[in-house]
Amino acid sequence: MWAFFHKLGSPRWFYGIAARLAPWCWGLALALIVVGSVWGLAFAPSDYQQGNSFRIIYVHVPAAFLAQSIFIALAASGFVFMVWKVKIADMAAAMMAPLGAAMTAIALLSGSVWGKPTWGTWWQWDARLTSMLILLFLYVGVMLIRRAFPRPLSGSKAASVLAMVGVINIPIIKYSVEWWNTLHQPASFTLTERPAMPTEMWLPLLIMVLGFYAFFAAFTLTRTRTEILRREGSKRWVKELFKEDA
Amino acid sequence: MSACSTDVEPAVVAVKEAGAGLGMALWATFQRDLVGVARRPADALTPLVFFAMVITLFPLGISPEPERLAWIAPGVLWVAALLSALLSLDGLFRADYEDGTLEQLLLAPHPLSLLVVAKVLVHWLTTGLPLALMAPLLGVLLALPQGSYLALSVTLAVGSGCISLIGAIGAGLTVGLARGGMLLSLLVLPLFMPVLIFGTGAMGAALSGGEWLPHLAVIGAMLALALASAPLAIAASLRISVHG
Amino acid sequence: MRLCLEARQLACERDGRWLFHGLDLILGAGDVLRIEGPNGSGKTTLLKVLCGQISDVEGQVLWDGRALPKARADLLANLLYLGHAPGIKAHLTAMENLRWYQALAGHRCSDRELGAALAEVGLAGFEDVVASQLSAGQQRRVTLARLVLSRHPLWILDEPFTAIDVDGVSALEQRLVEHAGRGGAVLVTTHHALANVPGLRRLSLSGPAREVA
Repeated sequence: MWAFFHKLGSPRWFYGIAARLAPWCWGLALALIVVGSVWGLAFAPSDYQQGNSFRIIYVHVPAAFLAQSIFIALAASGFVFMVWKVKIADMAAAMMAPLGAAMTAIALLSGSVWGKPTWGTWWQWDARLTSMLILLFLYVGVMLIRRAFPRPLSGSKAASVLAMVGVINIPIIKYSVEWWNTLHQPASFTLTERPAMPTEMWLPLLIMVLGFYAFFAAFTLTRTRTEILRREGSKRWVKELFKEDA
Repeated sequence: MSACSTDVEPAVVAVKEAGAGLGMALWATFQRDLVGVARRPADALTPLVFFAMVITLFPLGISPEPERLAWIAPGVLWVAALLSALLSLDGLFRADYEDGTLEQLLLAPHPLSLLVVAKVLVHWLTTGLPLALMAPLLGVLLALPQGSYLALSVTLAVGSGCISLIGAIGAGLTVGLARGGMLLSLLVLPLFMPVLIFGTGAMGAALSGGEWLPHLAVIGAMLALALASAPLAIAASLRISVHG
Repeated sequence: MRLCLEARQLACERDGRWLFHGLDLILGAGDVLRIEGPNGSGKTTLLKVLCGQISDVEGQVLWDGRALPKARADLLANLLYLGHAPGIKAHLTAMENLRWYQALAGHRCSDRELGAALAEVGLAGFEDVVASQLSAGQQRRVTLARLVLSRHPLWILDEPFTAIDVDGVSALEQRLVEHAGRGGAVLVTTHHALANVPGLRRLSLSGPAREVA
């Protein structure tokens, strides 16, 4: 177990294994997203209250899921990096953060696009959207602090600490905002909390969510490989790698 | 702990003996920072004056009508308090960082996470607490209705404890950066939002004649969590800033 | 426990450049070791590595036979470190500055003892002057008063002679010799020759890190 863990932490080993895994993840992501979106957008029944505008959940929900999961992954990577000094965890975290921020932005945008026909306004201080907005701020903080230090290692550590602090706060923020929301506006109907969604509606949603996760895995593997080359460019094994190719 | 004298043989000690002086080190650091504030009262007064000025902007910017002011008063008071806390947080470790005493603090034979609590406590005593005591006065200016003054002071006093602790993490991370103050605001403001929600919630409850103590309990719980976990994060962030 | 600071095969890389490489070092009771090298050769970094402040290096640092970071707390309990900055708070008096340091180290001192230490470094009469009104050299002397009171066996001093006048330099040299004579150890970076220190060991960081005769 420990041997495996340390092996995984070696950039060289990870570089090789990621190269083998990545194509599978990309293929899976592509297949799931194509099936999910065609099914969700063309074949799933339309909502009796909202008509076709509800179909944006096939983007909104997976993006929101990823936005939250990626922040947790950031904190977990930060922990692994700080405690066991596994550099690969930090490289992955550096690559994941912008994707997480992008997913948060997509969730916010798709939420407000959905809000226009439903609520009649582009922005409503709905509990989920508000939490999502705060999450975006947290992502921005983690990304900014990483670049703020003259030494990359200090930036990595600072980003790790901030991600861990953020992840402890996320549930607190989430529940506070939900509580605040019920205080100020009695429950109106929201995009994601819907009573009894029929199977033909949620099955494509599930496929889309899985597709997004596969995309996240593929993206992280591929980007981390690039980051390994960037950071370890002066190491012998990297130089040998390219000598063989040439 | 040992007596001090100029002609004692240097002796190698185990850390347990040295650790006995923790209480002394905490007290000395607490006292040192407090004396520092007392010698430069302007530093402690600036956030309070800033607080009062921000409050003054609202009647000018919105309307002097008491009804309207009363409606926004709880939120305005809390938001202004958060902003003025930010102003003082930037300086929490900066002077120590620049004159080298922060490095010495990191080298003390005591857990850094405990030593920083002494510093944060001074910060709260000299910014958060005065702010909480001054807020009712500004509440009068904003026509804050009777019945919420106590809630305002007490929740601000407890809430500003959370803010000092959480803010110190950001202050620790940005202390070595040239334009750290700006970044500090971005890092810690999102983390202040739960405190803001329950602080204004308590005042809302007090104003509508409800119970505000449950809200205070929630802020108290946040303070307990912050007390338990923030010092570790503050210590980690200071080590990053001082040594990379 | 005994006084023994050891480095094994230390190597430190900064910005793609090796500051030092394969550095071995043993410091025991009675040693005064001067680290030499031009600006930017990694003297301060080495000192920080040796007292456990910087840990992203290759190789090992051992205190009393046990490796850092496990032995870090024990090392710190026995260490007096003077860094680049004098570490003096501008708004506190010389006495208050010194008192804080003694309390931090867990040494209880009376005002009389603190005053005697300040007098020893030539600051008699300046005990209650706020540090911002002292000259740079006088502020340094407040820092050096810590050495007078120190019970720490290991001293790591980064450029302690900065801003000190001629009399101060020879007094400080004398203090280092006395400390070593009483069984302490000193690790110091300085551009002074330390001509009056008998048995001075020297470690050069220019070129391959090694002790020079």
